Amino acid sequence: MDFLNAIIVLFNFTVIPALAYGSQLALGAIFVTLIYAVLRFANFATGDMMSFGTMFAVILTYYFQSLGFGLGVLPTALLTIPFAILMMILYMLIIDKFVFSYYRVKKSPPVQFAMVSVGVMFVTQALIRIIIGPSDRRFLDGEKFIIKATEFKEMTGLAEGITLKSTQAITIIVTLIVVSIMFWFLNRTKTGTSMRAYSDNEDLALLSGIDPKRVVLITWVIAGILATIGGVLYGLDKSYRPFVYFNNMLPIFAAAIVGGIGNPYGAFFGGYVIAFAEILLTYSYKKFVAYLLPSSLEPNSLMQLLSTDYKFVVSFSILVIVLLIRPSGIFKGKTI
Amino acid sequence: MRNYENVIYAYIIMLLLIICVGLFQSWSIALTILNYCLISAVMTIGANIQWGYAGLINFGIMGYTALGGLAVVLVSVDPVKKAWQVGGLNILGSIWIIVAIVFITRFILKRFEKSLIRNYSIAFLIIAGVILIRVTATPGIEAIESVDPAVSGFLGGMGLPVLMSWIIGAFLAGALAFIVGKIALGLRADYLAIATLLIAEIIVSIIKHEEWLARGVKNVIGLKRPAPYEVELQKTQWFRDFIEKIYSNKLELINTIAQKKIILNQLIIDASSIFVKLCFTSLFLSVVIILLIVTQKALYSPWGRKMRAIRDNEEAASAMGKNIVKEHLFIFILGSAIVGLAGAMMVTNDGLFTPGSYRPMRYTFVIWVMVIVGGTGNNFGAILGGFVVWFLWVEAAPISLFLIDLFTAHLPETNMIRSHLVESAPYFRFLLIGIGLLLIMRYRPQGIIPEKIIKQ
Repeated sequence: MDFLNAIIVLFNFTVIPALAYGSQLALGAIFVTLIYAVLRFANFATGDMMSFGTMFAVILTYYFQSLGFGLGVLPTALLTIPFAILMMILYMLIIDKFVFSYYRVKKSPPVQFAMVSVGVMFVTQALIRIIIGPSDRRFLDGEKFIIKATEFKEMTGLAEGITLKSTQAITIIVTLIVVSIMFWFLNRTKTGTSMRAYSDNEDLALLSGIDPKRVVLITWVIAGILATIGGVLYGLDKSYRPFVYFNNMLPIFAAAIVGGIGNPYGAFFGGYVIAFAEILLTYSYKKFVAYLLPSSLEPNSLMQLLSTDYKFVVSFSILVIVLLIRPSGIFKGKTI
Repeated sequence: MRNYENVIYAYIIMLLLIICVGLFQSWSIALTILNYCLISAVMTIGANIQWGYAGLINFGIMGYTALGGLAVVLVSVDPVKKAWQVGGLNILGSIWIIVAIVFITRFILKRFEKSLIRNYSIAFLIIAGVILIRVTATPGIEAIESVDPAVSGFLGGMGLPVLMSWIIGAFLAGALAFIVGKIALGLRADYLAIATLLIAEIIVSIIKHEEWLARGVKNVIGLKRPAPYEVELQKTQWFRDFIEKIYSNKLELINTIAQKKIILNQLIIDASSIFVKLCFTSLFLSVVIILLIVTQKALYSPWGRKMRAIRDNEEAASAMGKNIVKEHLFIFILGSAIVGLAGAMMVTNDGLFTPGSYRPMRYTFVIWVMVIVGGTGNNFGAILGGFVVWFLWVEAAPISLFLIDLFTAHLPETNMIRSHLVESAPYFRFLLIGIGLLLIMRYRPQGIIPEKIIKQ
């Protein structure tokens, strides 16, 4: 029984949160990696673009709530995602037309692209703060929990319970759906294949009649979908705050590089690697160990490897280690 | 001299702008802006050495700035004896453990062939080391942090004069740059940008959360100053006489002695704050001038030509027998050390160390915008960029408020759009900086004052 309790403690406090957080990171990391593979630059506006898409979802959620629309037990935000995605794609295409396309035609070095994306980051951040303000916003409605700890305890008769928040379940399910559709698209459809060809070897792709404008357009469309969904899911799970989104860019970058930048599978996997590492290394194992060991050996310290303040440090250190040992990432990077 | 004409014009316009602030807002604000402009100029010199001279992209400026600031605390604050007594040994012990781990790892790496066993043993060593450090340090840290937690709760510094910390800050930042450079400099440009950005986050995160070191987010206030304090200055006789002499014409017009005294006191209070700021200005200005002379000399020396050659064509320079890895590392250390110096200067100017305020937006990206806008590879340009961008960064809110008022003048005060815009005026600085950067990148990619290469 104690063994079962220990497993449940671990499951409840590490596996479920890490899966949800990892899914959010994975979506962001695939976004980074796609831009890197097709458009060939590290997009420093990643976090703010995700924030921008989420902002529309938040505003529309408030609007729908005032109209009385809703999905019942599900959060209203799910209803607003398609509209937010449309706005996001529009914004990205405008940015691409007025900013990035010029440098793409000129074939500027990646560093210049990165600096330009810093400019886009500033502008996006300003627009977000001017439109919605910097404050913390919660826009989750509907049922909060799928399984509550007390119910679980009553059902199973165990001392420990599992809590499953609806946002966590939604995050994991939506991520799996979106990512599988995306992988199907990249691998099985003609457009996806042409994107991969373009990313692999631009000149050869052009030679075989692939329209570069179309590839770029589709990339931004997919990027808009990923950015908005990733941002909304994170906002539902935690809360929406522009500054936090900027900070989230850093673990997202770490995830993309750890998986092998330019490789969507790697980015997907990298998101979970980063999330699990962050949570497992900063989790206090006291309760877990207490169940496994006899009561005489019960530990009196927190049994924590690193304090939770160092959550981000863990992911960045993993990145540094990966860069040192295997700069191309866990999966080989650089092509879709 | 003709060559320098536009440089001189650009600087004169900048100075006029600052004087305008002095005339329309107040001289105290103008001097504060000028001081920060000078500090930004030092940072941009550092960033420009890395990016402009050598083409190294360092997005970790925030980390070196924070480390320079930390140096001020570690050097100038008086040591907290009680904290050293209760926990000093544990801290020293853990530092030795870290040193030992590093050396043993190096030994293993050198001595044994590359193999799976070696990797596992290093991993095991590091994990064991981390646990050992936690066991040794935790009781010490708890003891230190419980010594007067409201005012101290940290080890304190060495109690040396604060100007020493500028040099030590530069050394600390240089040492960090050595480690980072060893790890990351081999990477491609955009990887290097990301890696340095994240490493800087690690540094700031450690400074924020290790409260025994510099009180973390609880901040250290009341740091020493290289300039006199306002309150003491107001009591000094020569300063009072000096102010009385300057304003003697104005004071003569006032009849009653009591009123004269009140007005004189007010003048002395205002003048003391300006005097202190002027002291800082002269200190900062001398640092900027010294750095400018040295970097200018270096740029046109054989060494500068070598760096440009490496930047413009690595393979060719390498074929000419230049050691690219070594040169990159050296210039990375040099630039970071200057940024560390700027960080120390900034904390000295503020008189407080607030680790929570180190954010990549303000301390990395804005500095980069300064370098790009001013002119990469040209020190005069980089410094001007520091001035222009910092001026815009500070004055964007008043300017945008003015513009909002102008364009929404026909709307009533209570109008939703108007009040919303007025509320969000502080964020127009991001918009301004972002659009400025994009425009410069597009239409004048070499910056306001482009790089000038003198043919020899």
